[in-house]
Amino acid sequence: SPQVVWDTLGNRQFCSYKITTKTQNFCRNEYNLTGLCNRSSCPLANSQYATIREEKGRCYLYMKTIERAAFPRRLWERVLLSKNYEKALEEIDENLIYWPRFIRHKCKQRFTKITQYLIRIRKLTLKRQRKLVPLRRKIERREKRREEKALVAAQLDNAIEKELLERLKQDTYGDIYNFPIHAFDKALQQQEAESESESEAEKEEEEDEDVDKREFVEADSDLSDFEDMDKLETSSEEEQEEEAEVEKKAKNSKSKGKTPLKGPARRKRPYIEIEYEEETEPSTKTKAA
Amino acid sequence: GGPGEGSVVEDGAPPAPERVLFPPTFSVSEIKNKQRRHFMFLRWKQQQRKEKLAAKKKRRKEREALGDKAPPKAIPKTIENQRVYDETTVDPNDEEVAFDEATDEFAPYFNRQTVPKILITTSDRPRGRTVRFCEQLSTVIPNSHVYYRRGLALKRIIPQCIARDFTDLIVINEDRNVPNGLVLSHLPDGPTAHFRMSSVRLRKEIKRKGKEPTEHVPEVILNNFTTRLGHSVGRMFASLFPHDPQFIGRQVATFHNQRDYIFFRFHRYIFKSEKKVGIQELGPRFTLKLRSLQKGTFDSKFGEYEWIHKRREMDTSRRKFHL
Repeated sequence: SPQVVWDTLGNRQFCSYKITTKTQNFCRNEYNLTGLCNRSSCPLANSQYATIREEKGRCYLYMKTIERAAFPRRLWERVLLSKNYEKALEEIDENLIYWPRFIRHKCKQRFTKITQYLIRIRKLTLKRQRKLVPLRRKIERREKRREEKALVAAQLDNAIEKELLERLKQDTYGDIYNFPIHAFDKALQQQEAESESESEAEKEEEEDEDVDKREFVEADSDLSDFEDMDKLETSSEEEQEEEAEVEKKAKNSKSKGKTPLKGPARRKRPYIEIEYEEETEPSTKTKAA
Repeated sequence: GGPGEGSVVEDGAPPAPERVLFPPTFSVSEIKNKQRRHFMFLRWKQQQRKEKLAAKKKRRKEREALGDKAPPKAIPKTIENQRVYDETTVDPNDEEVAFDEATDEFAPYFNRQTVPKILITTSDRPRGRTVRFCEQLSTVIPNSHVYYRRGLALKRIIPQCIARDFTDLIVINEDRNVPNGLVLSHLPDGPTAHFRMSSVRLRKEIKRKGKEPTEHVPEVILNNFTTRLGHSVGRMFASLFPHDPQFIGRQVATFHNQRDYIFFRFHRYIFKSEKKVGIQELGPRFTLKLRSLQKGTFDSKFGEYEWIHKRREMDTSRRKFHL
């Protein structure tokens, strides 16, 4: 009898469908109406019981009566409920007429919940689904390792610096940066090229003289270079504090975003070299000519 | 006794190598006893190392003896040196490629007909890190706007973007609060590239003392995009930035390809002399790995793929790279 069943399974002995947690007991039986392990919701301990279950989007009402308790195969009778919500509720009422209030009420509640989640499923499948792609651990590890090695092999800072210097050499920046040594070298190379082409036609002695002359010219200009540089450096030492202040101002103003104004002021050496350039370049050109 | 028995018969005390003569077909792996085999293997390894050291010394002495006449030092093999030659490598003088590039989807950009306008968005429900990354990315790329996606389908966004004159669309996919994918789509039916993004560093995580990127248009450096595929990807990146960089800003965005990994960095540079330049990293950094390149705009079902990374076929050789 159901009372005995409950006394054994429900309360005292082991029931394989029962799950206990700290606060509650749950029942894993698929015919359970509420999901909790109670005297009134246990499908094993009640000889007259009903549930709602859904299969492939359609809801069925399952009923169990005491007359069929001896026939396990025919125990649960199943009735298809209509798709219409109200009609289905009426059908539940019809089928469970004269059944205890608790079961009727819980059946309708369960049916409501089930229809709600079915509606939600249908809505979600229309929207975009997020596709979960499993990560492969080995592959992830491999990719990570390879990325680190590639990073080391790339030597990014060096590559970027090289590229920027290349662009500077190829005059992509135009007139913004005035590095006279660079321009000076270029002019020198041009002179050398011209004098070499001349000397090839003449004798070697003359070549040597040209070479000497050229060297003389270079040495002279180099010395003058260094003299001027020294002068400027000493003067710059005196002015260092001022320039440091200027730099600081420049940095501060740069932080406010006024880079274009303070650009030339930030670099002290090019600024000085510009002065030098105006003095000596014409003289070297006359010497070569 | 058999070939290895000479060593087995000994009482655990190892014989001196000069005394024992192994037949020439003997190999260490034939000894059945693990301990003994391990020991013999170690001894063999030591011998190899000694020989190698001796050979090195000899070579060095010979080199010193020869002095100036010594042959030049051998170039060490690197993965880049040993790279399997890719037949789609672009020759700088290739006319066909030049013609292709003059007529592909980026031609209007390179002819200065269009100004890039970029829309940055994320996948659904972005978390804080991704949002911040999107903001930083939008400061790095001029003329870009960040819009949040609230469950909108990409297919519906794209016609709207085209109507509003956007040239590029960037979708950053995030997983577990970390951005891990990037879809870059050139809009008026341009190619769509899907990348896997890794090692994303936001600006505060980078060890530097620079300020934020200013509004100046940065320069673009594209390194190492050699193959045809690499070229098209490189052009895609180049078309994100306006064509005329403002050198006053002294900012440079770098896309450096190394072994199929594209490293993105954003620096501010300053020329200290004409031989030296200093760079300071601002801006976020991340690495990309190309997963697929699709011909039209983003369309996962009916798109025509120009290139997909197929792991089984393409990852077989360690010296073969595609970009």
